[in-house]
Amino acid sequence: MTHLRLLFLACLLLLPVPSLAADGGYGYPIPGSYEATILGTPASLMPKFTAKLRTRQLVLDVIPDRQRPPIFFYDEGVRCTFAYQEQKAPLVFLIAGAGASDRAPKLLTMMKAFYQAGFHVITLPSPSLANFIISASRSSVPGDLTEDAADLYRVMETAWNEVKDDIEVSSFHLCGYSLGASQAAFVAKLDEERRVFNFHKVLMINPPVSLYGSISRIEEMLKQIPGGPKKQGVFFNKMFSKFSEFYRYGNFVAINDDFLYAMYAERLYSREETAGLIGLTFRINLAGMIFASDVMTNSGYVVPKNRVLSSTDSLFDYFLVSTHLSFFDYINEYFYPYFQKRRPGLTKEALIESESLRSIEGYLKSSAKFGVMTNENDFILTKAELDYLRQLFGERTKIYPRGGHLGNLEYQENLDYMVAFFK
Amino acid sequence: MTVSRYRVCLALLLALSLPGCAATRSNTQTEVPAMHSISEFRDQRFAEVADPWEGFNRSMYRFNFYFDKYLFLPVVNGYEFVTPTFLQERISGFFNNLGEVRNLTNSLFQLKGTESVTTLGRFVTNSTLGLGGLFDPASSFGLERHDEDFGKTLGYWGADSGPYLVLPIFGPSSLRDAGGLAVDNGIRYGIYTAIDPFGNSDDSFAISSGITTLEAIDMRHQQSFRYYESGYPFEYYMVRFFYHEKREIESGKPLPAE
Repeated sequence: MTHLRLLFLACLLLLPVPSLAADGGYGYPIPGSYEATILGTPASLMPKFTAKLRTRQLVLDVIPDRQRPPIFFYDEGVRCTFAYQEQKAPLVFLIAGAGASDRAPKLLTMMKAFYQAGFHVITLPSPSLANFIISASRSSVPGDLTEDAADLYRVMETAWNEVKDDIEVSSFHLCGYSLGASQAAFVAKLDEERRVFNFHKVLMINPPVSLYGSISRIEEMLKQIPGGPKKQGVFFNKMFSKFSEFYRYGNFVAINDDFLYAMYAERLYSREETAGLIGLTFRINLAGMIFASDVMTNSGYVVPKNRVLSSTDSLFDYFLVSTHLSFFDYINEYFYPYFQKRRPGLTKEALIESESLRSIEGYLKSSAKFGVMTNENDFILTKAELDYLRQLFGERTKIYPRGGHLGNLEYQENLDYMVAFFK
Repeated sequence: MTVSRYRVCLALLLALSLPGCAATRSNTQTEVPAMHSISEFRDQRFAEVADPWEGFNRSMYRFNFYFDKYLFLPVVNGYEFVTPTFLQERISGFFNNLGEVRNLTNSLFQLKGTESVTTLGRFVTNSTLGLGGLFDPASSFGLERHDEDFGKTLGYWGADSGPYLVLPIFGPSSLRDAGGLAVDNGIRYGIYTAIDPFGNSDDSFAISSGITTLEAIDMRHQQSFRYYESGYPFEYYMVRFFYHEKREIESGKPLPAE
């Protein structure tokens, strides 16, 4: 296997010569934005965490008397992971990206990096995760930054009440990645009124500027597949057989890192196909959100209204139906009608406008506590949006030359920057 | 030893799954068709696996969740709490080394020459230099572990996986792999009886049950999977698909190079 790794490294060294020369020695190796997003950081380039972790999982009852349908029998409260120091230390809340849980691998790596640097940490699931929709969202309709931030704030308060007798905290910090980064900004704004935490510093990692804009670009990636998104099943099956054939032609021991990198080095998937796979992954995530929300609100969107699903009922058809719904379907047929009913006169444009950092830019500009960290080639941002971030946060903007969307999040240098930001 | 373990499992299984049967549906309101349904679907189905016993499998999936929650994981957590990490690693190494016997028999069954030699080399090296498997010097000599079992052997010789099956405690499997598991355990039991390592002791039963228990705890300790932890409502299907495909891919014969 060592020779495979060498081969892989050779490929990397031969290909991106111009980009390597121009970036002041940034060592993250994967030049393509889509490839970086899918492959992340090679295990050998991640830091080693040696400190023994003291953690426990919190299962929080944020909304007392919440009725949970039988199909969600396993959900007993919103889940957060708590890592605690024995001495007085600052506490960082970490908000996961779209569809990710409190134990998402990226989030756990960040948790370990902060823990090793002496912080207490509480990781929070994304408000777009079913667990959050079921147990922590008051409306159970995710996607509104203001309401999701209010729900997150309640989870943070509950978590803090649960642990405050066990630890000593010197100050509070907040950090989130992707969708969680935008939510962090809105949570920080709410904290200015509520003043429970008085967040000292807030770091946003790979944030979208406009939710609608960023997700449109991800949806766009799925449109490039043959037959368009309505034929994603065909695409999925084709990509998968390519994958298994590649495995069977090569002499691999198991599906592991080496195999994945060989796949990349051999350019098994074209650029369009890689983009399509990212779009499809997004859809599979979105399907979980749509289904959970629909069951909780009994809206009759993908599950017949008034149907009570038991714990052994097959959900596979709902899976197929939900994965074929786009983000635009969700906005037009479910999300916007829900808010329009509650706020008559609300236009769709105004709603979309409010799901953006621009809607609170006055606050973001005026507060010195914010920092932002992203990549030049993060495909969820346009060139103009990247400039907007630079202009909004000035020298508190850190932009890496590559890494795609979150691909370099677990790279040593990036983790060092995150930790240093809060020191 | 294994037989008694299964008996306990079966009893627990019945006890835990009965309340589920008693739950009745109290659906008083009439259903209204959903805005989107499978009737508008014009695409290939994907991530699908033959699962005619889905109802049973989902009950078993739920059973495993409760078994983990109320018995298995508390015991594993207790074990992790009282045992120093160094010792945990040695224990895992010991049982993983015993697993090489299964890897070896099955790579022989598949007539994989090089792999059999590598696995034998690993077993001999780790049993001697590695002090009975407590350490793994073989990996640092470049001898890689090849996990094999009788389910893979059957797959290699062309047996179809059969329907998906969720086993109590063992978790995701298939009809073929469940049979393979029984064969592997049978072979193991045969070897164990032939060697009879604790035959001279009066407490041979107590010792072997103790070892079996420790092995089960170590097995769960080495697995990071937790039922329903992803929080994703379609987790069952994702697990089913990835288990099935991983087995299909890894048990298949390598294709000849073009």
